[in-house]
Amino acid sequence: MAGRGNGGGPALALERVTCSFAAPGGAGKGKDKGKGKGNYTAVRDATLVVEDGEFVSVVGPTGCGKSTLLNVAAGLLSPSSGSVRVYGEPLAGINRHAGYLFQADALMPWKCALDNVIAGLVFRGMARNRAIGAGQSWLERVGLAGFGDRYPHQLSGGMRKRVALAQTLALDPAILLMDEPFSALDVQTRVLMENELLDLWSADRKSVVFVTHDLEEAISLSDRVVVLSAGPDTRPIGEYAIDLARPRDVSEIRLSPRFIELHTQIWRAMKAEVLKGYARQRQ
Amino acid sequence: MKLKVLQVGLLLAGFLVWHVLTSPTLLPPIYFADADKAAFFFGEPLAVLRRLAEWFTSGEIYRHLWVTLLETLAAFAIGTVAGVGLGLWLARAPLAAAVLDPYIKAANAMPRVILAPIFMVWFGLGMASKVALGVTLVFFVVFFNVFQGVREVSPVVLANARMLGASSRQLLRHVYLPSAMSWVFASVHNSIGLAFVGAVVGEYLGSAEGVGYLIHQAEGVFDINTVFAGILLLTAFALVLDLAVSVIEKRFMVWQPRAGETERL
Repeated sequence: MAGRGNGGGPALALERVTCSFAAPGGAGKGKDKGKGKGNYTAVRDATLVVEDGEFVSVVGPTGCGKSTLLNVAAGLLSPSSGSVRVYGEPLAGINRHAGYLFQADALMPWKCALDNVIAGLVFRGMARNRAIGAGQSWLERVGLAGFGDRYPHQLSGGMRKRVALAQTLALDPAILLMDEPFSALDVQTRVLMENELLDLWSADRKSVVFVTHDLEEAISLSDRVVVLSAGPDTRPIGEYAIDLARPRDVSEIRLSPRFIELHTQIWRAMKAEVLKGYARQRQ
Repeated sequence: MKLKVLQVGLLLAGFLVWHVLTSPTLLPPIYFADADKAAFFFGEPLAVLRRLAEWFTSGEIYRHLWVTLLETLAAFAIGTVAGVGLGLWLARAPLAAAVLDPYIKAANAMPRVILAPIFMVWFGLGMASKVALGVTLVFFVVFFNVFQGVREVSPVVLANARMLGASSRQLLRHVYLPSAMSWVFASVHNSIGLAFVGAVVGEYLGSAEGVGYLIHQAEGVFDINTVFAGILLLTAFALVLDLAVSVIEKRFMVWQPRAGETERL
């Protein structure tokens, strides 16, 4: 297990994180300077704490900097200000405790499914033939036994997501960062994948940050839902504990009264931000 | 199958027209006053084929073909390795790339065939000067493709590999290189052709062996049939090289979707 719980502290703590980017063309080339948009601040003063073993969903309107927060947590992006702590220790460089499931296809197209699954193990120095054993069993767990020799382009979108999931989980990360991982899938596949994710998660309760724009998905999966404000200057504006019993079935739980109650409550908070987000994008 | 028949038919028809128009006795002289002149300028297909047969039965041609093949392959290999190496380095070293940019553009814009005389002075009339010429032609094609290939690596794939724990050497081997190789293979038909051009032009300009040399010799004594025989031989040879490249490409690029199979990633 990748150093889980050492040093104490929450699995992930983002404190007053701000991320500014040079706006496209904003560095000021003559004419555009007048618009006064030197920088674009995607996230401002965002604080997010994820306890060990907690499943947290982050929801917000489109384009509000959800992925930015995740990239900060992953160590792919260092914040302009603020601090990131992983199990109490300040994060420098890539977050070695974290696995990241991307929104877009992130498999290496030149490696077959099995080689993709074991890539992380090989990068970390495991002997190839040992890694292959582990990779096969992971492919089995995500329901792709026998597809190991296929290349990504020969797999369907859902299968590619499963391979990516196996690739990330094979490293047994203590923290799992997921960026709208199922948003590109059709509804049926999505429900299947969500249930599979819950199964895999309940086996060893990793800490999960699940970014999505889909409130139903967020509620049905998580222990806690964090609502972000519309961008720019995104920050969390509300937190809701989800007290639905586990184990859950994502398609059934959506019909329970408590779910609907929570959904109404969170949606009320989100709606204003969604409308704000739309209005800003239209300008 | 029908296509093949038509293609071969077209070839035969071409030879037939060539034969009819150049044979001194078949048609009354239309354009040239002298009946032999057409054959003098354009050669005669039968004589050309006879010459080719002679080359192969006497075995004289093998030495020359071998030399040209070696020069082509050496130029291709050296040019490709150098192009991949420098491309990988510069694509990941933005400062060096920015500094060298105008020089690379200038070197690429220069008509490099003109370097042949210099290479002959430097490397002599043997194979080395032809290889050098071929390398200058191949290098830039490969270099630009690798450079592009590295820069166009999907940022998501790259971020994913980093999250999986790849060191910068592993990134090079598992991400940048395979991505660049797909671009190199896209240009490999082009670059093997250029290696061949380098070899033949080099031989033509000054050498003692090789198919280009044979053509040059024949031209010197107005032996137009031999010139045509050499040209035909080179064409066939280039086709064979291209075919070999296709076979290799198919084996190495299994991961790439064929056109129409699925979307490109």
